[in-house]
Amino acid sequence: MKVSRRRFILSSALVGGGILIGYSATRPSKHRLANNELAKNGEHYVTSFLKIDPDNQVTIYVPHAEMGQGVHTSLAMMAADEMDANWEMVNIEQAPATDLFANGDLVKGFAGEAGVPGFLMGLVNVSATKIAEIGNLQITGGSSSVRFTGDIAMRTAGAAARQVLIECAAQRWNVPVDECTASMSYVQHNSSGQSLSYGDLASDAALLEPTTEPTLKDRSEFNIMGKAISRNDIPAKVDGTAPYGLDYHCEDMLYAAIRMAPVFGTKLVSVDASAALSRRGVKRIVELEDSVAVVADSYWRAKEALKLVKAEFETSENDSISSADIAARFDAELARSNGKEDFEQGDADDYIASAADTIEASYRVPYLSHAPMEPMNCTVHFHDGKADLWTSTQDALGVRGRVAKIGGLSETDVTHHFSYVGGGFGRRLPFTWNVIDHATLIAKEFDVPVKTVLSREDDMQQDYYRPAVHSNFKAGFDSYGNVLAWHNRFTGPIQVAGAAFIPYAIENQSIRVVDGETHVPIAAWRSVDHSQQTFFTESFVDEIAHRAGVNPYQFRMNLLQNHPRHRKVLEVAAQAAGYGQNLPEGHALGLAVQESFGSICAEVAEVSIGDNGQPIVHKVTAAIDCGWAVNPDTVEAQVESGIIFGLTAALYGEITIKNGRVVQNNFPDYEMVRMADVPEIEVHIVESGEALGGLGEPATPPIAAAVTNGLYILTGQRVRDLPIRKHDFSKPASLAAV
Amino acid sequence: MAKFKVNGVEHELNIEPEMPLLWAIRDELGMTGTKFGCGIASCGACTVHVNGSAVRSCVLPVSAIEGQNITTIEGLAFAASGAIADTAINSAPDISAVQQAWIDHQVPQCGYCQSGMIMAVSSFLASNPNPSDADIDAGITNVCRCGSYPRIRKAIRSLAIA
Repeated sequence: MKVSRRRFILSSALVGGGILIGYSATRPSKHRLANNELAKNGEHYVTSFLKIDPDNQVTIYVPHAEMGQGVHTSLAMMAADEMDANWEMVNIEQAPATDLFANGDLVKGFAGEAGVPGFLMGLVNVSATKIAEIGNLQITGGSSSVRFTGDIAMRTAGAAARQVLIECAAQRWNVPVDECTASMSYVQHNSSGQSLSYGDLASDAALLEPTTEPTLKDRSEFNIMGKAISRNDIPAKVDGTAPYGLDYHCEDMLYAAIRMAPVFGTKLVSVDASAALSRRGVKRIVELEDSVAVVADSYWRAKEALKLVKAEFETSENDSISSADIAARFDAELARSNGKEDFEQGDADDYIASAADTIEASYRVPYLSHAPMEPMNCTVHFHDGKADLWTSTQDALGVRGRVAKIGGLSETDVTHHFSYVGGGFGRRLPFTWNVIDHATLIAKEFDVPVKTVLSREDDMQQDYYRPAVHSNFKAGFDSYGNVLAWHNRFTGPIQVAGAAFIPYAIENQSIRVVDGETHVPIAAWRSVDHSQQTFFTESFVDEIAHRAGVNPYQFRMNLLQNHPRHRKVLEVAAQAAGYGQNLPEGHALGLAVQESFGSICAEVAEVSIGDNGQPIVHKVTAAIDCGWAVNPDTVEAQVESGIIFGLTAALYGEITIKNGRVVQNNFPDYEMVRMADVPEIEVHIVESGEALGGLGEPATPPIAAAVTNGLYILTGQRVRDLPIRKHDFSKPASLAAV
Repeated sequence: MAKFKVNGVEHELNIEPEMPLLWAIRDELGMTGTKFGCGIASCGACTVHVNGSAVRSCVLPVSAIEGQNITTIEGLAFAASGAIADTAINSAPDISAVQQAWIDHQVPQCGYCQSGMIMAVSSFLASNPNPSDADIDAGITNVCRCGSYPRIRKAIRSLAIA
């Protein structure tokens, strides 16, 4: 993707003699306007990406949420390296939730040149939001921070800063610019030996017009990027001082516990709260359209009192719906409808009708909850016609706008206070607003801060879920055993484009989506559609390989002729995992590969069956091509994380619906991978040097199929529905014929 | 009236005896390093030490810890330094060896579970300074949704006394 960096470098003098440099993908008029509105007492106050103070401290403002993906550090590294800053003197701050930092501008900048990024299409589709509305978001999602904001905006701002500082020094020394160099937050004139710090130059540099086309460094010139640098958020996360949304605390605050309509989309009919009102600390019962809340002087008191509240919710046509009904509806839809085109090439139907051999399989995955460790929460304080807001969010600006809208204020009268995010995974993206809306409406009845908390049970039963999906496949072979047709019908909706596409060179392909609408709310879940679609496609490819009598690794390599990056990661992972070599008795290797969010990840899982008949995943060897690594340690951490997140879903994850509502309510019946289940994980970073890819998500999709493909080799049992724990592997093994 | 010590400081709280220690610490004392995760002692995010041993505070009523010594993540460095109560608090190190290992191995991601994880591991290592992998599997049962487990294992191994 080519994006012009020519536009809109912004700089401004700071009171006290510093400089701020920023980047915008839209016209700077918006920023000038905002500056005029924000500036007070004649100050030239601009919030932007970089600030240089006279004492040579550099502050880098990162416009993304830190939820463990290391983005504060990675983005700061990108800006600091381009400006040749001394990393020891760099401060990192999260940019405030103001529209100066809306990354929708960046998104729209791309939209004009390269189409809307895929990860946002899901939001657009699900919410019916128009592209124009995306401008008001400050999203951290779609594994986008480093590859969009970082590579486009932060690096450009850093490079522009370096060039304007050099230019300023050259003027001061009256020497040609090309005789000056920058390093470690100083500009040097080498022949005269003169040297000035960035802090010394900052106020004069602010008077110069920054270049409109800064030259970015070649990778060989990096001093900070590419190094395993310690994350700046970690020290506060080991001593208990890191603030999360749930941690906001003040003396006079109140707490709300809430019971929402158990069947999605139904309303509150009546409440009997007399017993609750007499409980110690209870202040008020708040009735909302779809819920009832108890507000008390401690969360525990609110929660205990809520148990005494009798609430009646309206009945609905969904009251009798179960997971089995939804599954039957999906199957009926797949039988009835040919769906809408996702991808068509050649004529797969026609080929399969006359093929020498065919193979068919039906796959399915259940709904999944996000279950971030920090339960959903939101504190709002209405006062003096304004509101303060504390909530862990993947979109601070979007949540500010939402509170303003629900609370009847203008956006600029709502202040979002920074916090770290105790797990996002898509649960804290825009349009999954339930706790935000409820907290705002509840807090509006008080003049003190009110913290609304969803208990673990509430969150598990009131989530916006990874959709349950059914996917049916057919493939057709010629008389030599070559696969020449791929036929796939699955239930939608499609939340991110291309997840069901395959990289394999199969001549005829027909991939279509049928209606999968239910009353269960859905949203993006780490890697969006890729986690389910990769389980389907990489399993069925494996089935085809076995039918063709070719080992699954070689089969994939043969059909990946046009995808050298896929081949490379597969090769690296397979070799490192010892593919084709002797394994311990009773062990097998399964593999899978998928491209998502700009990165390609191959995983090889070494599995066996334990004495209890349950699978054991001993080791996962992963190879990822994310273009190149900004912070290799963060890359490894994200791959480890993505694998374990996906393994939890593969082994245990299942949300079931009964009587229209979610059955599971906490970790015992929605189990997580814990220490005893965790395989050894080996991560290989393959640097192709291509454009930066995402990292928060791409390691999640391949793991389910890698494990089940291994289990097939071991047991001859093909797992076509998740989770794996529902399957019995204790029967005698019938080794797959390969 | 509930009476107990938190990080060496005596507290007397006018709260219900059945209030879980977690909520006494968070909402009554305003100490937020100890986290709420599941409320049913399943995930371990709320782990604190009672007289040096790890317990899950979200289901522990304050009546059960009357007069006892509670250590939270905020007081771990002081407690782990072996300092006795009358030692000047400023003589304690900023962080404990376990916390330092967490930084050295870049363990936390979102970090929300790590207070509980560090408290669980500190107590675990105190009773088993040289654990096997099987010991770690059995002894550390807290949930980390980000999957920092491989690094937790490495950090524990680095702390083990060989």
